[in-house]
Amino acid sequence: MENVIEIHGLTKKFGNFTAVDNISFSVRKGEIFGFLGANGAGKTTAMRILCGLSVPTSGGGTVAGYDIVRQPEKIKRHIGYMSQKFSLYSDLKVWENIRLFGGIYGLSGKEIAAKTSEILAALGMEDVRNSFVSSLPLGWKQKLSFSIAMIHEPDIVFLDEPTGGVDPETRRRFWELIYDAASRGVTVFVTTHYMDEAEYCDRVSVMVDGRIAAFDSPAGLKRTYGAADMDGVFRILAGRAVRKE
Amino acid sequence: MNAIEIHDVSKSYGKVRALSGVSLNVKEGEIFGLIGPDGAGKTSLFRILTTLLLADGGTASVAGLDVVKDYAGIRRIIGYMPGRFSLYQDLSVRENLEFFATVFGTTVEENYDVIRDIYSQIEPFRDRRAGALSGGMKQKLALCCALVHKPSVLFLDEPTTGVDAVSRRDFWNMLARIKASGVTVFVSTPYMDEASLCDRVALIMHGSIIDSGTPSKIESEYPYALYAVKGSPMYPLLKYLRSTDGVLSCFSFGSVHHLAVDPSVADARQKILSEIVSAGFKDCEVHQIRPGIEDCFMYLAGRYRQGGEERGTVRSGHAGA
Repeated sequence: MENVIEIHGLTKKFGNFTAVDNISFSVRKGEIFGFLGANGAGKTTAMRILCGLSVPTSGGGTVAGYDIVRQPEKIKRHIGYMSQKFSLYSDLKVWENIRLFGGIYGLSGKEIAAKTSEILAALGMEDVRNSFVSSLPLGWKQKLSFSIAMIHEPDIVFLDEPTGGVDPETRRRFWELIYDAASRGVTVFVTTHYMDEAEYCDRVSVMVDGRIAAFDSPAGLKRTYGAADMDGVFRILAGRAVRKE
Repeated sequence: MNAIEIHDVSKSYGKVRALSGVSLNVKEGEIFGLIGPDGAGKTSLFRILTTLLLADGGTASVAGLDVVKDYAGIRRIIGYMPGRFSLYQDLSVRENLEFFATVFGTTVEENYDVIRDIYSQIEPFRDRRAGALSGGMKQKLALCCALVHKPSVLFLDEPTTGVDAVSRRDFWNMLARIKASGVTVFVSTPYMDEASLCDRVALIMHGSIIDSGTPSKIESEYPYALYAVKGSPMYPLLKYLRSTDGVLSCFSFGSVHHLAVDPSVADARQKILSEIVSAGFKDCEVHQIRPGIEDCFMYLAGRYRQGGEERGTVRSGHAGA
């Protein structure tokens, strides 16, 4: 099976602190991959390396076919990224946000125009084309920022806590978008603190103290650790952490 | 006496209505949870109660003191931990604690018994600058600073947002001990699963309280029959169930879908099961379950939205600027 991410012996040190400690894993094309871990386990550091924003101290690998050490700029162009904390410019209008990100990813004026109509039609948001993003309900903002993260049709999209602080229904509707994207062949790499969302992933990894302590399907992990749900699995694994953040 | 009384409090920022007619009572000595998503109005209510913001309408009191007339008195007897990090980054752990004690006219030693439990965990780092602490330790220090003057009411605005499941559990264990020492705790959270750790809760959405009471009372008032449904593949099953006659709502809940039907339907479990089996789904399971707070929140929020549409007052937010 084709892998979109392949990582070998990835390590990142800050001074004498090893934030990411020799991790190796791969993510398959089209899967929903959950990247879990306690605060301070090294998730953000690892994710920054995968997105081409940070260089590993040692080890390496590829993301979307590009080398994480030698081709970080290529990686940035070929991945999508969205986080709950920052995604859209709230003082720009809906169409302006689409144009801005389309431009950043190097789409032509023609392509941006086509993508704008396509995104607005798919989301049923034609009527708010000229509204400021700040005036949109949270659920709409989320859908829009997810679509914009994929405006350049990346093979893989990184979602960093996309549903934090969101109401229960909007959170679930967002996951339905994730399923739809995955069914079109897009690989989804997602972090979350909601353990029910871990159940929606095809496979998950759990980082503890900079290492990958577990890596399997949710069903497999529940079997291995004899837990009723992913919350139970997470508590067993994260409870073993020695490092105190 | 109630520790907090809120009557018909409203607040708008320009055209945006943050709180509409909120009324609540918090009893002395309880842990009361204000539960709702971002933008629901939680922080506005906290800021009104902690005398940092004036309401447009309504009245509120804390420990019998009016939030407008007696604001100075309230400030002396409450502890407040805002959502964003509230410490002085360039002061050490010990200096932060001493600063807050001094502001409240006391000393760390005088009330040491109040913070001992939590402070002992960060004491090894007493000389470290607060800015250099990990997230979990910052949180513990902020909690110590909010408690150092032995407040009668403790306000915690989203203390566990962005915190992992294990650390959240630790934090709630600390709250239980604070409650045991007699402090009333008013805490907000977007995590529905934390409701069960509160004595009573209020669910808030778009500035309105959509329900309040003990978690078990709210759960017992859920009006539908709820089933946990499993079958492979799960996402097509979700779509299929939603389009099935008699299904009132269907959403993913971890490894199952929660499906609501009218309780008057006879043999619902059997009907759902044979429906999905004959539709070709594999490994099907259907069990009737008791609703949790998250099911209740989704039902109540949906009912609130519908009511708003009928009243024509729903805050659509996208009316355009």
